[in-house]
Amino acid sequence: MASAVERFDDKARAAFESLGETPVYQGELYRHPVYTRFLHWMVALAFFLALISGFGIYLPWLFRWFTPIFGGGQLLRALHPWFGLAFVIFFGFQAMNWLKLMVWAPADTGWMRNLRNVVTNKEKMEPPDTGFFNAGQKVQFWEIVIGCVVYLITGIILWLGARTFGRTAVAISYVLHDISALIMLGGIFIHIYLSTVGEPGTFQAMTRGAVSEAWAWTFHPAWYKKVTGRDPQQACEEARRKM
Amino acid sequence: MADRKTFQVEMISAHPGPAPGRGMQRDLEVCKLVDTTTCIGCKACEVACVEWNDMPFSPTTFDNTYQTMPETRWNFWNLIKFNEHQKEDGTIQWLMRKDQCMHCADPGCLAACPADGAIVKYANGIVDFNQENCIGCEFCVSGCPFNIPRFNPSTKRVYKCTLCSDRVGQGLEPACIKSCPTGCLKFGTKEDMKFIAEERAKQLREKFGMEKAGVYDPQSVGGTHVIYVLHDATDPERYGGLPKNPQIPWSYTVWKWLFKPVLGTFALFGLLGVALHYVTAGPRRPQPEPRRKENSDGQRG
Repeated sequence: MASAVERFDDKARAAFESLGETPVYQGELYRHPVYTRFLHWMVALAFFLALISGFGIYLPWLFRWFTPIFGGGQLLRALHPWFGLAFVIFFGFQAMNWLKLMVWAPADTGWMRNLRNVVTNKEKMEPPDTGFFNAGQKVQFWEIVIGCVVYLITGIILWLGARTFGRTAVAISYVLHDISALIMLGGIFIHIYLSTVGEPGTFQAMTRGAVSEAWAWTFHPAWYKKVTGRDPQQACEEARRKM
Repeated sequence: MADRKTFQVEMISAHPGPAPGRGMQRDLEVCKLVDTTTCIGCKACEVACVEWNDMPFSPTTFDNTYQTMPETRWNFWNLIKFNEHQKEDGTIQWLMRKDQCMHCADPGCLAACPADGAIVKYANGIVDFNQENCIGCEFCVSGCPFNIPRFNPSTKRVYKCTLCSDRVGQGLEPACIKSCPTGCLKFGTKEDMKFIAEERAKQLREKFGMEKAGVYDPQSVGGTHVIYVLHDATDPERYGGLPKNPQIPWSYTVWKWLFKPVLGTFALFGLLGVALHYVTAGPRRPQPEPRRKENSDGQRG
């Protein structure tokens, strides 16, 4: 099963490589292929469409503000499930694409214990065993995987309504759908912050697909070591001396 | 749907703040009284309802009962439900109950509705759907303890009994009341109907040997503007779909009106959190951080 998923991912990555390019300049490392970036931005588009249309029906105070964006309440109600479905489907592909990279490792438990130092910015460099994705990214990934399952099940129940699934199922789904949305709403701020101003140099990973070596040895030292064969700490010190 | 001008609006679905003009004028609460003990199941009210509301005819389903169809429909708001109840002594009691919107004082449909102005409750107690504002999400179906709102798949809107708000607004009684040949349906103020209902229940208890006779006006939804006199008020379930203790799911009460705004604001604190992080802890830059330099024009980087 896993190998079938891998074969599909390999094929998809190869197919998408011809649709875009990933220029890796001197002093940079190749991080995300075109396929990953395409999925990421499709997920982002569907997420924000679903989020903003969801706001319209989330709170009475928001209804008149958010429904006109989608052409009125009726159209918003018709579109929201499709936005949500697109989000779940695109993220489903991304999940397959990233499954291997997102497997929890013993190093991640250590990373989570060290979270305070990361948040307070006491440690300038990530712990040396931080791989392609750090534990924080993995937590968010798995949260979205679980969230997508909740979205899909409760979303279909809300979509087809009490006629099909009964009053109680809709009433419960209504709450679970909200909780899933609230968690992702809180998460998206952190995600956008860390990928832009919070950790400068990150954004280009999802646009051009390449990151600077300095970025790599700072935030993902184990990955840097794996792709370059050099010690991240040493590389950093060398760069410091050259400055 | 009634002309808004004729009624004062008391509650509006998904409306931020109170209904405009609420409490400007005095208004009496209206009420429909259904005496199940004198209903003969003639279905005149069903016909009157379809006639008055100009509802299109649709084929019915025969399920070996006297009932016109199994449940009310988007174009059939008033249905006599026939139920056979076996009493303890083995005799059969044939129960007929006029099923329609109960026009609750605390309407579950209105609480559940996310669309501003799709459901209104007038000061006289009538709960009305404004289909032009309905977005067809069907949350009202889930919010209603009486299984009343009906979705029309072709218009993508929800419909139900209006308590003939158009007639009541013109000082007429609802069409079903007008058609009733036995007088088992009465219409008037809530106070009057409640009085008549209690008197009738007392009569049934004292003169007809129905010790359990009583009035159905469930307080769990704040009372209703359609009340029943029942042979046995201790067991309304036997009349088919009349819950003993109708409840609005807490998803549409506490969750929707308290937890949703509070938790929504809480989620926005994420924005505040990252802003504070930027200001206090500061961004994490790739190492080593470059020293500040001057360009050829002497500008500092």
